[in-house]
Amino acid sequence: MERIGGIDPARLLRRSALILILLLAWEGLARLHVFTPFLLPSLTTVLERLAKDTMTGQLPLSLALTLYRALLGFALAAACGVAVGVLIARVRFARWLFDPLVSVGLPMPKIAFLPIFVLWFGVFDESKILMVAFSAVFPVIVATAAATENVEKVLIWSARGLGTGERRLLWEIALPAAFPQIMTGLQVALPIALIVAVLAEMQMGGQGLGGDMMQASRFADSPGVFAGLVAIAIAGSALVKAMELIRRRLLVWHAEAEAGY
Amino acid sequence: MSALRRYAPLLLLALLWEAAPRLHLVDPRSLPPMSEVAVAWWRLLISGDLATEGLSSLLNLLAGLLLGIVIGTALGVLMAWYRAIDDLVHPLIRALYPMPKSALIPVMMIWLGLGAASKIASIFIGCLLPVVLSAYNGARGVDRVLIWSARAAGASPREVLWEVVLPAAMPEILAGVRNALALSFILLVSSEFIIGQHGLGYLISFLGEGGAYDAMFAGVATVAAVGFLADRLYLLAMRKALLWRE
Repeated sequence: MERIGGIDPARLLRRSALILILLLAWEGLARLHVFTPFLLPSLTTVLERLAKDTMTGQLPLSLALTLYRALLGFALAAACGVAVGVLIARVRFARWLFDPLVSVGLPMPKIAFLPIFVLWFGVFDESKILMVAFSAVFPVIVATAAATENVEKVLIWSARGLGTGERRLLWEIALPAAFPQIMTGLQVALPIALIVAVLAEMQMGGQGLGGDMMQASRFADSPGVFAGLVAIAIAGSALVKAMELIRRRLLVWHAEAEAGY
Repeated sequence: MSALRRYAPLLLLALLWEAAPRLHLVDPRSLPPMSEVAVAWWRLLISGDLATEGLSSLLNLLAGLLLGIVIGTALGVLMAWYRAIDDLVHPLIRALYPMPKSALIPVMMIWLGLGAASKIASIFIGCLLPVVLSAYNGARGVDRVLIWSARAAGASPREVLWEVVLPAAMPEILAGVRNALALSFILLVSSEFIIGQHGLGYLISFLGEGGAYDAMFAGVATVAAVGFLADRLYLLAMRKALLWRE
């Protein structure tokens, strides 16, 4: 068991050692010209680049564009995914219609449809956002359908026994009870949304972090490429962390919060 | 439920795909009817393009995926086995895990150029992380009693590792590999879109840029079908492999 209180300093050092060594090695190897500056621009060059792009407003703009595309697509996927998932669990006809489509769609590499989305919706935001939503919707549908179906029958029966209508049953019993599992589906979908948003930008252009990275790559501007990688990695971590926080906030009432997950 | 009734929605979708462009409900150039796409697929097959590019895709996918599975499993089990390795490597893995893997492709282009090596490396790194974490969780979750009894029975550490820990961690490792399989397809196709040169992704974007939309749809359908089948085959194999546990 890890100690919860005071942190063991030796262990903390060991736990950050590899990351520190890698960062130092990055800087050292670049400075000693073991690799050409094109292959490996030094860490400080990349950080300077990040600072410069932040000052000029390019980085915040691109970050905002990428987050806008990823999050709007994710929100679309979440709304449609939860709706379809609930329908599958509760309506016979919807189950018949969607079940085979979803079981084919879930494991399919959706990214292959990118050129079709370009053909249908062009290369602007609309197309990117729809591509993100299409890629992220399937795990949400599957998680919601499974969760809504597995809600304890006793809960449903007691609510019905007390005279709860179907609509209230859905909103006040079934959905809250299914919520932790739905949230897990959303936590799977969010990184997919970001991956696809970045890819769509790389393919279709139109700025954003992915677009900037491809632009830099085309001009053999390797500090730009590395700065893009760092920015995207930080954005990805921040989104995943934010999602965990939201989960903990929203599920305070649930047993899993007490269990300390 | 009979199979026909179960899969009727897919037939319905196919019918819609055929009828909508034929009745000019949608522009046939944006959505060529299914029969024309099938003909285009046949032509791609006969010309040998599908086989050549498909083989290139398959080899890159397998190389990256297998490397990721082998190294990922080894690293994950080692992390679970040795506290020191865990302390050292785990923070790095956790820091890298949420990174959108697609951002690796341009960096690999700088390091390895516009070729197969960049594609394989992107797939490898992308697949590595989920496999490491699942192997780690699997090996960590092995019942201590199993390990103690094996030791008490005189098994060497190596034997314990190979004959107790790995088999017991197998279900989690196999589940992690399934995630890696899905990721490998994403990274394969997108690296072929971006890097070009070879592969089904390259074929699709090449055909699309040339305006051969029926053939482009045929390419997309091929990739989608192969990805779907790979997942299904993997599930079947996984169930077979885990039969001994029942």
